[in-house]
Amino acid sequence: MSIAAQTLPTVGLEPRLVGLTNALRRHGVVAGTSDVIDAAAVITTLGMEDRERLREGLAAALTRRGGQRQVYDDLFDIWFPAALGSRSALDDDPDLPDDPAERRAIAARLRADLVEALAAGDQRALDELAARVVSELGRLGNDSTTGSWSSAQALDILQPQLAITAALARLQDAADGIPGGSGDGSGGSAGAGSGTGGPPSGQGFADRFTRDELRAAVAAFRRRVEVETRRRNAEARGPERISRYAVRPPVEQTPFLLAGATEVEELRRTIAPLAKKLASRMAARRRRAQRGEIDIRKTLRRSMSTGGVPMRPALKSRSPHRPDLVLLCDMSSSVAGFSRFTILLMQALAGQFRRVRIFGFVNICDELTEVVLHAPPGADLTPVFRDTARMTRWHRNSDYGSTLAHFVEHHLDAIGNRTSVLILGDARTNNTDPRADALEEIVARAKHVDWLNPEAPSQWGTGDSVAPLYARHVDMHECANAVQLRQFIDRLTL
Amino acid sequence: MTDNRRVTDRFTSVDDVCRGLAEAGYLASDAIATTTFLADRLGKPLLVEGPAGVGKTELAKAVARATGARLIRLQCYEGVDEARALYEWNHAKQLLRITASKGAGDHGGEWDALRDNIFTEEFLLARPLLEAVRSPEPVVLLVDELDKADVEIEGLLLEILSDFQVTVPELGTIAATQRPFVVLTSNATRELSEALRRRCLFLHIDYPSPELEQQIVAQHVPGLSAAHAESVVRLVGRLRELRLRKSPSVAETVDWARTLLALGSAEMSEAVVRDNLGVLLKHQDDIVRATKALDL
Repeated sequence: MSIAAQTLPTVGLEPRLVGLTNALRRHGVVAGTSDVIDAAAVITTLGMEDRERLREGLAAALTRRGGQRQVYDDLFDIWFPAALGSRSALDDDPDLPDDPAERRAIAARLRADLVEALAAGDQRALDELAARVVSELGRLGNDSTTGSWSSAQALDILQPQLAITAALARLQDAADGIPGGSGDGSGGSAGAGSGTGGPPSGQGFADRFTRDELRAAVAAFRRRVEVETRRRNAEARGPERISRYAVRPPVEQTPFLLAGATEVEELRRTIAPLAKKLASRMAARRRRAQRGEIDIRKTLRRSMSTGGVPMRPALKSRSPHRPDLVLLCDMSSSVAGFSRFTILLMQALAGQFRRVRIFGFVNICDELTEVVLHAPPGADLTPVFRDTARMTRWHRNSDYGSTLAHFVEHHLDAIGNRTSVLILGDARTNNTDPRADALEEIVARAKHVDWLNPEAPSQWGTGDSVAPLYARHVDMHECANAVQLRQFIDRLTL
Repeated sequence: MTDNRRVTDRFTSVDDVCRGLAEAGYLASDAIATTTFLADRLGKPLLVEGPAGVGKTELAKAVARATGARLIRLQCYEGVDEARALYEWNHAKQLLRITASKGAGDHGGEWDALRDNIFTEEFLLARPLLEAVRSPEPVVLLVDELDKADVEIEGLLLEILSDFQVTVPELGTIAATQRPFVVLTSNATRELSEALRRRCLFLHIDYPSPELEQQIVAQHVPGLSAAHAESVVRLVGRLRELRLRKSPSVAETVDWARTLLALGSAEMSEAVVRDNLGVLLKHQDDIVRATKALDL
């Protein structure tokens, strides 16, 4: 019987582990069969007494990168839940009244408890409170496909951010010595150690952080509510369905075009090692590592000074070879999100290649190398480009044909026979002349040309995209998220 | 995989690991202790990733101290190859030997004897990996900063980590008598190959929780009061939330605590922080950004 048909409490340990692994694979965390066997060995070694330790142990066997941990945690909470049913001592969950005033009353009561828990920094109370919030506020009127509990609804009614001010006031009272507060000014972070009597000294400066710490604690509380909701839903609907729909995909799979400011930082950390890998893949095949091989000729030459007797052996030396790279990037507004990724990639690559030259274009191209190399990492360069670079002429629409022609006319000397060229753009040229002959010239001169297109192949050729025409001359690859970038780099052949 | 080697379990339980590491001076979180225990029990290498300065190398040293094993360290850098990692023949000595025997007048049919003479243990320079394989006593092998090395070294490591035996063509195959505890550290500046990742247990060490960090500060800087230690940890926690080029790590927290102690200030004030921000942040643009964000 498949797991979807069974409800979770009746599923045994082996199918549970296999279910977790399958769910991980569906979200891009590739855990192979040997990893599953290792995970089983972990369970045998650790036993099932401590849930948190089991979580860490299985993570060690099944995950391979730090970025996968978030997805793994969500799925672990679904497949190995902390409890069954509602966690309170009561048997049923109360019904949610329809009257808004009554709802606000319930929310206010829960919020008061939240303020107390935040001020005390009590993690266990926050856990229990999250369960109560879901139980009292989270039930949906109609069952949706993903279950009858909704964290969005519960958090909407509760409005936990309103608790921050009250908790802050409570903590400041406590710090000033007014009775009725609890603990010292340490917000939600320091757990058990906050029972010291009297206001602490030396905290005057650090008190300015209390508000931010409370905000972080409230964000953590929101996540707890989400985890609890998923657990309840998984019980009712089966873990497979909830794994498929209710878990946020890892940042690796977030399309670049949709990446917001918070994901950009994660993206930067993911892209930097990929850039290094790209550099090493593009380098000409190095000679096999010289294992301290003796260079006979040099040794004999050295032996001349010692009368023909070789006294000091000379070893073969190996000089690393770094290639050149030319980047040609579309900076138009149609690929605004993509251009943020492009800038990250520019900065990451700038450090890896011997000589890198970066050109941006909308309908003519201009060199951006200096700006990119001297900017601090992670800075937003779009306004800088707008001020300093001339990438548009006569109008602001993309024109790939005129860009390529302009490049061939003015910057073709940047490309030598050891240069690799990377073009980043969507090939949407507003129905102008695509000038494939200019692209041919570039291809003829360079060692290798690749095109990274943020659109799916099904959209190449639709509308004003001339991607199929360009694809006849260069290798065009889809590159919409970090996973595809990694695949492109892995498959790169010289 | 059946293993005829003598397998001695170094730790009896996760709590044993915690205690052992604490006695060796390393305060480990539960995650670290669990994964270390598993690496020992399952006999798999431990791949440790994380930002710089969180204690990846220290973990290997602490495990060596806690189990009374010898620590063998291979520091990787760009261009490290088999000669630096595995073994090398001492060519100079070999040439001298040849020259010496030539001088003594041996010729012709003595070639066999000569060949056997110059390819012996005496002329073999054992590098860390071979040392770890040959060692008769328990050993902890630390391969530090693996991401700085090239892809070729990973192939070499794969071979060693799977069978723990090394083949030197002239001397034969040398197999390990006991299984070393292997720790690989990486700063994630380069993507490690999938085959290597598959063979290891993965541990991501992030910055410690505030409670743990306070304990670490208390251990390294015992003269500082608890309230001061707490404010130190809170300041560093706030700085880590800002997106700086180089976030302060645990080592910098301890340095800051020592600074406070040395300055002898009654409390941590704005002036103290502003003047000594260079202890925590090592880039000028980071200092500028932090000053603005903290309203100093």
